[in-house]
Amino acid sequence: MWIEILKAALTLGALGLIMGVLLAVASRIFAVHTDERVEQIAALLPGANCGGCGFAGCSAYASAVVRGEASPSACVAGGAAAAQGIAKILGVDVDTRERRVAHVYCSGGDVTARRFQYTGVQSCFAASRVANGPVECTFACLGFGDCVKSCAFDAIHIEAGHAFVDRDRCTGCGKCASTCPRKIIGLIPAAAPISVNCSSRDRGAFVRSVCEAGCIGCTLCVKKCEHDAIHVVDNLARIDYEKCVGCGECLKVCPRGIIREEEILITAASRAEAAL
Amino acid sequence: MSLTEFFSLSLTAILIENFVLIKFLGICPFLGVSKKVSTAAGMGIAVTFVMAMASALTYVVNTYLLVPFDLQYMQTLAFILLIAALVQLVEMFLQKSVPALYQALGIYLPLITTNCAVLGVAILNVDNGYNFIQSVTYGAMSGVGFLLAIVIFASVRERIAFCEYPKCFDGFPIALVTAALLSMAFMGFQGLNIFG
Repeated sequence: MWIEILKAALTLGALGLIMGVLLAVASRIFAVHTDERVEQIAALLPGANCGGCGFAGCSAYASAVVRGEASPSACVAGGAAAAQGIAKILGVDVDTRERRVAHVYCSGGDVTARRFQYTGVQSCFAASRVANGPVECTFACLGFGDCVKSCAFDAIHIEAGHAFVDRDRCTGCGKCASTCPRKIIGLIPAAAPISVNCSSRDRGAFVRSVCEAGCIGCTLCVKKCEHDAIHVVDNLARIDYEKCVGCGECLKVCPRGIIREEEILITAASRAEAAL
Repeated sequence: MSLTEFFSLSLTAILIENFVLIKFLGICPFLGVSKKVSTAAGMGIAVTFVMAMASALTYVVNTYLLVPFDLQYMQTLAFILLIAALVQLVEMFLQKSVPALYQALGIYLPLITTNCAVLGVAILNVDNGYNFIQSVTYGAMSGVGFLLAIVIFASVRERIAFCEYPKCFDGFPIALVTAALLSMAFMGFQGLNIFG
């Protein structure tokens, strides 16, 4: 009987040993060089695979950072803590790039003329497909809140008929900007002092006829700016944030009251007050 | 092995005795990796490969090691050892040579190690008294059967994602109902059993 047991034990033991040696040899042959920093960085990330960084997931982002293809501060959800941890592992300075936030380039909403009453599916995308949208201005916020639904951080809301970003909550992931069917949401530096809240490239006379809060391309702001930071291109004023110092001269002269400091909810009342 | 025999064995392994839907083996990867057709196909191919390899390896070990030493009662243990080592080998090979497939299969590849379908095919080969060529054919074709089942199942699940069904069925319940219906459909292939 002991011989039987010994035979079984030895045979299987030998089989196991052979397999073990085979695997050991194979692990040398098929060894894949993996950077240990990738795992260290992946451990720092939230692991939610939200895709806010633009990569397929946290581990994809981690390997991209190590390869130098992504910024250490690109992880939106991890925030400053993750950025500093990653920078420490890589031995580089934290990217001092400014925090960016979403900005809605429209202050129309309730004060923009309507072409028809839209009663279909309550989504901007659907509404924009019906005869180019129920709003006269084809650059106007439709106000059905596709951006609100896309925001994972509750940072964008519809007020007075148009979308409005809460800069404290916005992480700059850009989801709302890619969702907006009108493409009127952009990313600007969080510290940007002044913005032009209109996207209309229509001619001034038409803008004036359909919207109380549209840029008419009068160039008063351009003439007033001492820093060459605001220009009118295609009937629309745009600020160059590289040059803007935030002196606020342009917003004083804007006859439409749509150049504003920070992200203040522009309503009919506040606009009228500014235009005075 | 004659062509008729090959055909009959393949038909048996793929349709009549489908490993997943008739024998209910390998359910774990069947449910786990069937959310997308592409990954399901990858998993199916990996299982096919491992099953064919395992059939060959276990046949050799069984015939030239276990039988001469009168150790058939250690079959299960020896086969598990062999399959585990084999899957490790395949994993290393994929990581080195086909990183894209390795990434797609992710955590499911080690699941093949403990996959009862692979152990099942090895034991069935012995039980049915297949020779080497028959074993490898049966192993590979059972793998193809698994591939067929998981790809069909994954494409059904992709469509189900757009359907409305009661909230309480969300996730695995609806997947299991789907699998059950698919299994019933495969029961119909029993009628094909004309060769033996």
